[in-house]
Amino acid sequence: MRNYKNVIAAYSIMIFLIILVGIFQSWSIALTILNYCLISAVMTIGANIQWGYAGLINFGIMGYTALGGLAVVLVSVEPVKKAWQVGGLNILACIWIIVAIIFVVKFILNRFDKSKLRNYSVASVILGGIILLRVTAAPGIEAIESVDPAKTGFLGGMGLPVLFSWIFGALLAGGLAFVIGKIALGLRADYLAIATLLIAEIIVSIIKHEEWLARGVKNVIGLKRPAPYEIDLQTSEWFINLVTKFNSSKLNLINSISDKQEALNQMVIDASSVYVKLCFTGLFLTVVIILLIVTQKALYSPWGRKMRAIRDNEEAASAMGKNIVKEHLLIFILGSAIVGLAGAMMVTNDGLFTPGSYRPMRYTFVIWVMVIVGGTGNNFGAILGGFVVWFLWVEAAPIALFLINLFTSHLPETNAIRVHLIESAPYFRFLVIGIGLLLIMRYRPQGIIPEKIIKQ
Amino acid sequence: MDFLNAIIVLFNFTVIPALAYGSQLALGAIFVTLIYAVLRFANFATGDMMSFGTMFAVILTYYFQSLGFGLGFLPTALLTIPFAILMMILYMLIIDKFVFSYYRIKKSPPVQFAMVSVGVMFVTQALIRIIIGPSDRRFLDGEKFIIKATEFKEMTGLAEGITLKSTQAITIIVTLVVVSIMFWFLNRTKTGTSMRAYSDNEDLALLSGIDPKRVVLITWVIAGILATIGGVLYGLDKSYRPFVYFNNMLPIFAAAIVGGIGNPFGAFLGGYVIAFAEIFVTYAYKRFISYLLPEHLEPDSLLQLLSTDYKFAVSFSILVIVLLIRPSGIFKGKVI
Repeated sequence: MRNYKNVIAAYSIMIFLIILVGIFQSWSIALTILNYCLISAVMTIGANIQWGYAGLINFGIMGYTALGGLAVVLVSVEPVKKAWQVGGLNILACIWIIVAIIFVVKFILNRFDKSKLRNYSVASVILGGIILLRVTAAPGIEAIESVDPAKTGFLGGMGLPVLFSWIFGALLAGGLAFVIGKIALGLRADYLAIATLLIAEIIVSIIKHEEWLARGVKNVIGLKRPAPYEIDLQTSEWFINLVTKFNSSKLNLINSISDKQEALNQMVIDASSVYVKLCFTGLFLTVVIILLIVTQKALYSPWGRKMRAIRDNEEAASAMGKNIVKEHLLIFILGSAIVGLAGAMMVTNDGLFTPGSYRPMRYTFVIWVMVIVGGTGNNFGAILGGFVVWFLWVEAAPIALFLINLFTSHLPETNAIRVHLIESAPYFRFLVIGIGLLLIMRYRPQGIIPEKIIKQ
Repeated sequence: MDFLNAIIVLFNFTVIPALAYGSQLALGAIFVTLIYAVLRFANFATGDMMSFGTMFAVILTYYFQSLGFGLGFLPTALLTIPFAILMMILYMLIIDKFVFSYYRIKKSPPVQFAMVSVGVMFVTQALIRIIIGPSDRRFLDGEKFIIKATEFKEMTGLAEGITLKSTQAITIIVTLVVVSIMFWFLNRTKTGTSMRAYSDNEDLALLSGIDPKRVVLITWVIAGILATIGGVLYGLDKSYRPFVYFNNMLPIFAAAIVGGIGNPFGAFLGGYVIAFAEIFVTYAYKRFISYLLPEHLEPDSLLQLLSTDYKFAVSFSILVIVLLIRPSGIFKGKVI
């Protein structure tokens, strides 16, 4: 029971910190942080499944996040009919060519024995396929990208409600993880880390540069939302009445009617943004809670014990007849799918898809720091890590600025060192995260909330 | 004549840039591979350590320029390299003392080392950004070109010219000198042999009286030299920007693994393999082919296998292929 006390205390401190931000900065900022904390929590659950349950290092989190984001565009955006007319056939033909290449390669690999000739023929099939792909795709891509390039210039999506994209994002990421897992899972731990890091980079560069797919670096803005829009809220009567009711004591203090109206308008605008964010919080919280229940159940099921056995001693587990390759692949897919889900949630929250913003620093290494800091192998720990690290990541800059001002207050305003330090305040977040990670690794390698094994 | 022109086009736009870029990658790859062979972990702070050393060179270059020091037609940065190397080695030794040595003594698994190096990466990146800022800086001075295209055309009377930037020549020469000294050191001196012994079998090396502290110290010294020189050469050739250095870590890793991680000579060649592959696959061969073919056969398209956007993707794909077919690299890894 003592362990639960730890968990509760840690989470209460975290909630308290977010409330502090609400009081000192604004409730809108606090909710933004909370939403991102929840999204990070989903990512850390995914990474924790791979690292904590099975000991697989996946430095490719960025790639799955980006794929989840891509899923939002592919599912929720209305299809661009004109683009499909001019270039859709070429793209469909390309998909068939890719499928054909895969089958031919598979056929060669299965049919013939290992030899030089086989390697050369596989290589030539792939090379020839790539050239064929380029020849087929080039006119189609050019035609698609020239369809109203300022606004569309891409194929668009399926025009479905945006929540479907969360499932689709998870499926897409899981599918990719299947392919990568088949290729890379046999590698040793540090090789696997490097390979996944590089593969993620390839995925992001494809999303960035294939403009017919999702506009690439030109970004897709104005995505659908599962929550109401601020403008609609501000004009709907029930919402204004609600705000009036909540703030009636404050409003009653104001005497003149015009002032009262103005104050009310301001309150409605503020409240609408808070209300929208609360809607997102509700959705994200539901996802986190569902995932938490499922992963907790899985962790303490026979399957979870099997995974831990494989993690702790592969040879022994394999001697007991467990299929390690299969289990590793399964857990790799599951974890990646959850990360993909988080990527879709994040793009939904932002309302825009910006492939240029996917960088390994923010989407791979910070997530890993979250898992390590929170506690590997423990879902409560991983989620807490997501909260703590994201909070530090966001609030490090304002805190650093405050401290710099405090310690340099005796220096004149124009002092070169002071000006330089104030300018570089945003970079203190890297320092805080880095030192935090090093300290945790050294003095509490099992994380804030360590893994606990329940003997059954 | 057309054939000569074609060769010169290819030489000017692919071979020279690839040699220069490959040299920069090779230095970084040897750095990665040395750390991997002796200290036994994949150092994710590679790019940022190179950036850290270069930062000192940039700052000192600005300082020397303000004092009026210089090397005439050579870039001032060459003068600052020794000082930058000293600072870099100092930083690496501090990091080793306070971070890595603890895990080395505890004999932690390589995965834990890798995570620790991620922490070092964060800290280094923060220090760089706080000290010099994230913006793009050029610190090249002196002569820019050794041969200009127009001069070459006048000299030879050909339609195509060769441009040789002084930074490219400096990069290739410095790399060859540094790498040969390093191989001489590793293979011919007693200290180098003791390093190789330590990398091959730690226990046996300890038994035969090799001081592990000394081996680690020397490894960091060599690593500091390689990282700083590689970083400065890259910065001179392109420009100094912390974010780009972080990204360069990826092709450097690719080069080290393609060459067989732990094998310095493999890493050296791996750098060139990656550089040539990146540039040959993304080069548009239209001009080259148009010299070779008769006029009516001239191609319409650019004849580019992949667009230059996929430069990095090419090297990563090579890495993935190598990992699949021959995980120990082209040359057998883990020997130094």
